[in-house]
Amino acid sequence: MTETRTRIVWDYAPAPESPDHVRLRDSYGLFIGGEFVDPLDGTRVASINPATEEVVAEVAFAGAQDVSRAVQAARSAQPGWAALTGLERGKYLFRIARLIQERARELAIVESMDGGKPVRESRDVDVPLAAAHFFHYAGWADKLSYGVGGRSVEPLGVAAQIVPWNFPLLMAAWKLAPALACGNTAVLKPAETTPVTALLLAEICQEAELPEGVVSIIPGDGATGAALVREPDIDKVAFTGSTSVGKNIQAALAGRGVSLTLELGGKSANVVFEDAALDQAVEGIVNGIFFNQGHVCCAGSRLLIQESVADAVVAKLWERMGRLRVGDPLDKNTDVGAINSREQLERIEELVESGEGEGAVRRTVACELPSRGFWFAPTIFTDVAPAHRIAVEEIFGPVVSVMTFRTQAEAIEKANNSAYGLAAGIWTDKGSKAFEVASALQAGVVWQNTYNHFDPSAAFGGYKESGFGREGGPAGLRPYLRVVP
Amino acid sequence: MSERLAVKKTYKLFVGGAFVRSESGRYDRNQGFNVPRGSRKDVRDAVLAARNSSNKWAARTAYNRGQVLYRFAEALESRAADFHVDRSELDASIDTLVHYAGWTDKLQPVLGGINPVAAPFLSFSLPEPTGVVGILAPDSPPLLGLVAELAPVLAAGNTAVCILSDDQPLPGLDLAEVMGIADVPGGVVNLLSGRRAELAPVLAGHHALNAVVDASADDALGAEIDRLAAESVTRVRHARPTTGYDEGVRDALSRLEAVTELKTAWHPVGA
Amino acid sequence: MLGKRSIKTTAKQQGIKLAVSMLDLTTLEGADTPGKVRHLCAKAVCPAPTMPEIPSCAAVCVYPSLIGVVREALEGTGVHAASVATAFPSGQASLEVKLRDTEEAVAAGAEEIDMVISREAFLAGDDTRVMEEIVRVKEACGDAHLKVIIETAELGSYDHVRHASMLSMEAGADFVKTSTGKAASGATPGVTLVMLEAIRDYMDRSGRAVGMKAAGGVSTSKAALHRLVLVKETLGDEWLTPDRFRIGASSLLNDLLMQYQKTQTGRYARPEDFSKE
Repeated sequence: MTETRTRIVWDYAPAPESPDHVRLRDSYGLFIGGEFVDPLDGTRVASINPATEEVVAEVAFAGAQDVSRAVQAARSAQPGWAALTGLERGKYLFRIARLIQERARELAIVESMDGGKPVRESRDVDVPLAAAHFFHYAGWADKLSYGVGGRSVEPLGVAAQIVPWNFPLLMAAWKLAPALACGNTAVLKPAETTPVTALLLAEICQEAELPEGVVSIIPGDGATGAALVREPDIDKVAFTGSTSVGKNIQAALAGRGVSLTLELGGKSANVVFEDAALDQAVEGIVNGIFFNQGHVCCAGSRLLIQESVADAVVAKLWERMGRLRVGDPLDKNTDVGAINSREQLERIEELVESGEGEGAVRRTVACELPSRGFWFAPTIFTDVAPAHRIAVEEIFGPVVSVMTFRTQAEAIEKANNSAYGLAAGIWTDKGSKAFEVASALQAGVVWQNTYNHFDPSAAFGGYKESGFGREGGPAGLRPYLRVVP
Repeated sequence: MSERLAVKKTYKLFVGGAFVRSESGRYDRNQGFNVPRGSRKDVRDAVLAARNSSNKWAARTAYNRGQVLYRFAEALESRAADFHVDRSELDASIDTLVHYAGWTDKLQPVLGGINPVAAPFLSFSLPEPTGVVGILAPDSPPLLGLVAELAPVLAAGNTAVCILSDDQPLPGLDLAEVMGIADVPGGVVNLLSGRRAELAPVLAGHHALNAVVDASADDALGAEIDRLAAESVTRVRHARPTTGYDEGVRDALSRLEAVTELKTAWHPVGA
Repeated sequence: MLGKRSIKTTAKQQGIKLAVSMLDLTTLEGADTPGKVRHLCAKAVCPAPTMPEIPSCAAVCVYPSLIGVVREALEGTGVHAASVATAFPSGQASLEVKLRDTEEAVAAGAEEIDMVISREAFLAGDDTRVMEEIVRVKEACGDAHLKVIIETAELGSYDHVRHASMLSMEAGADFVKTSTGKAASGATPGVTLVMLEAIRDYMDRSGRAVGMKAAGGVSTSKAALHRLVLVKETLGDEWLTPDRFRIGASSLLNDLLMQYQKTQTGRYARPEDFSKE
């Protein structure tokens, strides 16, 4: 017992999520025709952990012949898959959903190791949503006509699907679940830097006894993706990634009659009105741009604040940013993990430098960053002009650019003044204003008094150069179906 | 060596998540068992249990309800051997649960939507659970006939009080045991054996009931149900007993719709 | 994000000790007697004789009729004597009665007074009367420090929680407190965060630091540590002291001790390992 009271200092101790129980193979083949096979003309590549630069696993990248083989397997399997009743197809997808849930912790840890995102996010967002996506579309498989306004529909055939490195498992789920539910077969190409959870998903497909060839998973780089898009025997391409590659794909498919959906980049405006609940808005801003290190296509990277509250919001935001914990993705207390690759880090650094060069004021949170791995501390730019590169180009990192506005009309105009149109945030306590502004914004997803919420039942996708087509909800079925006259 | 004596099952009612004897203490003989003869007080207790659990069940996410129904299917599949019905009837019952597990988060986009009103308002309509639904199960098929009515009621977010067939109550009571391992919260489903002619009027006349689904195929009883329901504007749906999976799900949306209420809301859009 | 912090190993041990030092060990039962209260005081002074590194609690909180007993039992220990007052818990009495209640508690030795706001006035929109009562009770406290209980469960919305907190601080509260412990809910994470933000904003505006007491519903170590996370990340490390943050609880103490023991021995403890008062 103490007579005098001594101040106790309290810091969080490390809270590591142990990877001990995770069993990865040393080397993974390509998943084609229901089996893991050696590449014919591809290569073996080490997938590294961007937080430590250590090898997570060796994987095979598919060469052009491998890509053809996968497409052939998908083609062979497609009639049988489509001939199953919707109920039976749905039951396979329900199995996959349940298996994801059963292996949730392992998948979350591997996702963080391979991609760099905090394990708290992969555990609480990526993996549960992936399972939910399979569960949701499992239930559509035998109810398709209800989802398309009563029309008679049939599957397109073979879907070529290319997914990015920011939500590897979740994007694979967003692609595979609706495609399969509708009776298509799929060839999925995971991203170059994050193939491992997709390969675990392949194992799950095996465990679910999914018929051979219905899903192929073939990691690779840009060349693999290009080869896949060039394949003559595909009926559909679904791509999530950068706008520039999306445009290349759209051009490559010209004249071929192949159905296409694109989910591309964004420079989404997060708009804070003076009558917003400011503390909640700050949490939303933080979630909007620092969640997943800002590696989010719909990140709220342009912060538009009504001038009367700008100083207050920036002050609160800066203070809040100072409490973000940057570090080991496997520590459960980490808020901001590693940047996905050296290449991406260099892109972020280049754009940030340009911001300083163009005259914006930069503040970066002071924090100790590990010596190995790729890191970028949360950064805020003020005094940003709408023409600055940091206000126009997608940075895809933990960097927020702040601009002010005076009136609602000006906010809408500034928000819409972009080639992109993926998402937007609106912060106001006035419901009527929230809905009016939402209708005026050229964005496929509008979050009102919140940000970065996703659900398999809520359609997601962009306007303008952020892409076309939707994922989620009944709208997510349409891209994988052909209406029968 | 003498034969081992089996431990014989005692069949009980399923009310509020617990296996209870009928407060009447009476029973009927069926296939060598003493089957509880439910009383009006058992109906009363069941409706109370269903009422008390209805807010929480309705407040769960549609996704969660879907997962519970899917697990119900898992549980029924794993306990298939307990049921003395044709395997085809059992498979149809399991698949019916799977089908409705996939409806829970599809109902709103299909039945609801945004209304394009001719004024600056955001107006939307969405289906909500009606509340407590009474189900009169048919005599045949004893398992599928019950599941085909119960699954849509649950999928739409309602709780249920089921009166089982007089002739074939055992599959329904066995289903109660499956529910015990299926994550279905206590009170959400209540199963009563007894004499339909005695219990159905009590149930239909209970003012705390929101709807009745009558699959008894007894027209005279059906008319009586209609009269009793009128006392408190209880919604009634009469249905022919479901004999096969396809037949059961062909009009799934109608079954779901019959146990929902549509709520329309308006909010101004403007500065 | 804050709701998901993981507190392990040394942080957990430190956090538990910190939480114990912030506890107002409370008994507010009709059946309380001097004997029971003396046992509670002994426990507050020395929560776990087998683990002497566990600090004393911050205070013992009782009804006014027993504050004399508490004061005597705690003499020289550094643990404060706190009394509820103002027609606790409902506050449904005249101002005169509430002031008299306060004066008697102070006269009997209360070093800290936990009052209740008039929810009847607040919900009727009579902010002036709510504040006036607090001002008068603060006068009646003399040197005793005043905690103002806003009874969050009865207020109905986060906006009301914030508003009631602001009124209390403007009227001179030394601490704002969530609950009497007698209502349906207490210091939920949401309510705690809203009140901490109000305290922060008031401090920025006025320069005065008002403390916060989270009472009601904090019954596990995990919940207590989570409230400490909220304090740390909303107001900063300087606020992790019993002078600025308290937890009002009764059964929490033994859960803290059991969890602490587990960090030492690696074994799950049982309730009987520690005295129940």
